[in-house]
Amino acid sequence: MTTTAPATTPAARPARPGRGPRLRTPRRHSVDRPRRSGLLTVLTALVCLYSLVPLAWLLINATKSQGDLFTSFGLWFSGSLHLVQNVADTLTYDDGIFVRWLANTLLYVVAGAGGATLLAVLGGYGLAKFTFPGKRAVFAVVIGAVAVPGTALAVPTFLMFSRMGLTNTPWAVIIPSLISPFGLYLMWTFAAEAIPTELLEAARVDGAGEARTFAQICLPLLAPGIVTVLLFTMVATWNNYFLPLIMLKDPDWYPLTVGLNAWNAQAATAGGEAIFNLVITGSVLTILPLVVAFLFLQRYWQSGLASGSVKE
Amino acid sequence: MTQTVPLPAAAAPARAARRRPVRRGRWTGWGFVGPFMAVFALVFLAPIAYSLYLSLFRQQLVGGNAFVGLENYRRAFADPQFWSAFGRVSLFLAVQVPIMLGIALLVALAIDSGRLYGTSFFRISIFLPYAVPAVVATLMWGFMYGTRFGLVGNLNDALGISLPNPLSPDLVLASIGNIVTWEFVGYNMLIFYSALRVVPRSLYEAAEIDGAGQWRVVTAIKLPAIRGALVIATIFSIIGSFQLFNEPSILQKLAPNAITTHFTPNLYAYSLSFSGQQYNYSATVAIIMGVITMVIAYVVQLRGMRKGA
Repeated sequence: MTTTAPATTPAARPARPGRGPRLRTPRRHSVDRPRRSGLLTVLTALVCLYSLVPLAWLLINATKSQGDLFTSFGLWFSGSLHLVQNVADTLTYDDGIFVRWLANTLLYVVAGAGGATLLAVLGGYGLAKFTFPGKRAVFAVVIGAVAVPGTALAVPTFLMFSRMGLTNTPWAVIIPSLISPFGLYLMWTFAAEAIPTELLEAARVDGAGEARTFAQICLPLLAPGIVTVLLFTMVATWNNYFLPLIMLKDPDWYPLTVGLNAWNAQAATAGGEAIFNLVITGSVLTILPLVVAFLFLQRYWQSGLASGSVKE
Repeated sequence: MTQTVPLPAAAAPARAARRRPVRRGRWTGWGFVGPFMAVFALVFLAPIAYSLYLSLFRQQLVGGNAFVGLENYRRAFADPQFWSAFGRVSLFLAVQVPIMLGIALLVALAIDSGRLYGTSFFRISIFLPYAVPAVVATLMWGFMYGTRFGLVGNLNDALGISLPNPLSPDLVLASIGNIVTWEFVGYNMLIFYSALRVVPRSLYEAAEIDGAGQWRVVTAIKLPAIRGALVIATIFSIIGSFQLFNEPSILQKLAPNAITTHFTPNLYAYSLSFSGQQYNYSATVAIIMGVITMVIAYVVQLRGMRKGA
């Protein structure tokens, strides 16, 4: 959609001056090939620097021991490389609780984001391709809910779940993660564009049931949209903090985000050991999987977001 | 639920509209939408209803749970702590959101113009902070803000100056604004950029033939074309500002004097619930914030979509 190789237009000519006869256009720059601008590049580079410097700071300081953190310059390495030791300490501190948090996070992402994507795909398809009683009400309710601040729901959800005996269990984190109104909206707009109604009618004429039509005909067509929704819900669950913070008391069920904050808070408690080097190294380990996923899957983000944009 | 009776399929005129929804069994669509709505009812509708219920009651030492009508709301409207928190996020909204969206828009336009060297590198690098959890972003910036071993401290030592402490009560809101801006510039940039990519290129060619300059193309073609994306991003940012919680709550450990328990409305609701056990009043504060957010989001949407669309 967006990052594909530039299509070679039939009229594309090598824009090199002084080679062979000039054809028709006297100008070397066109709408397709605008002149490069050094000034614009510099300005964008400033924003880019602003985005990357903190991450560089994090990486550099993950190589320092607790002592060196306080004594060496923040944006350069200290004399001794402490990275391997830091990673080992992070993974083994407190009987390897960090690894447990990582496993919890993976559980919440697989169950929460996977379930959220499944519900959004089914719901978006149903809204895009069927009329049914109450459809407008469904639409109004879901759109209205998007504007409700998540934190406004958090306290009552906590109280409800504690009555049901769900708090302090993984369910308390997974169940609320299953609903992604934004995912439903994306899937809906995507399905409306991607699945021709004639195709559904043809499948029915051939005698395929609803489930089979959906699974064998529509799902492949929806694949790009599904990947986009999955990426969004994955980031949302991986980065979730407020919900697990209030739902979980037992550190054994913490995801990485809540765990890291607990480590950071440890220094402020009486008799707590300051482990800032582990907080920093743990932070690097926490963002690494997502950064890798971003770099590999950025194509999908592009096309998925564009499908949700306004098209008349 | 509704009173509309859809026509039976046989009576529906067979128009060859491509995007016409299928009319088959009346309830078939529910089979697909049902699962989402069931969970939605559990985690959205039920808590909202429960919030409303809680806000009308009060736990009393004598007599237990008592119906008090709008007493909690009256209390909230007269509560200086609530209003100071509300004022703080409103100020945050007025300053941080325009800055963030402005930078995002400029970068999106720059990248879309095709006039940069290294376009794809810029696009992914500026988007990258979105992959960083708010907790990690806040801890990282919080360390850098530190005057002891943070960058601020380093600069002070190296240059022999004394920069103001970003975690002091006067500056902490601006410091939080910087963290939020850092996290979301790239995300908003990508929303704008994706919207710009679907503008038909032929419009630009026509504009060039008409002799429009770069600036004119931006104001007359590009900005109107991405109006929808601008409105959506503005609404999301407004909701985000009113919900401000993660960054101040994590920075509290590093700047306990600067960030009070009622620094933002959400922090206030959280403190009321989890340190004060005042669930009824906490639910009331949450509902008031939810209603204000919805109203403002709705107004922005109406105004944004109407202007000369």
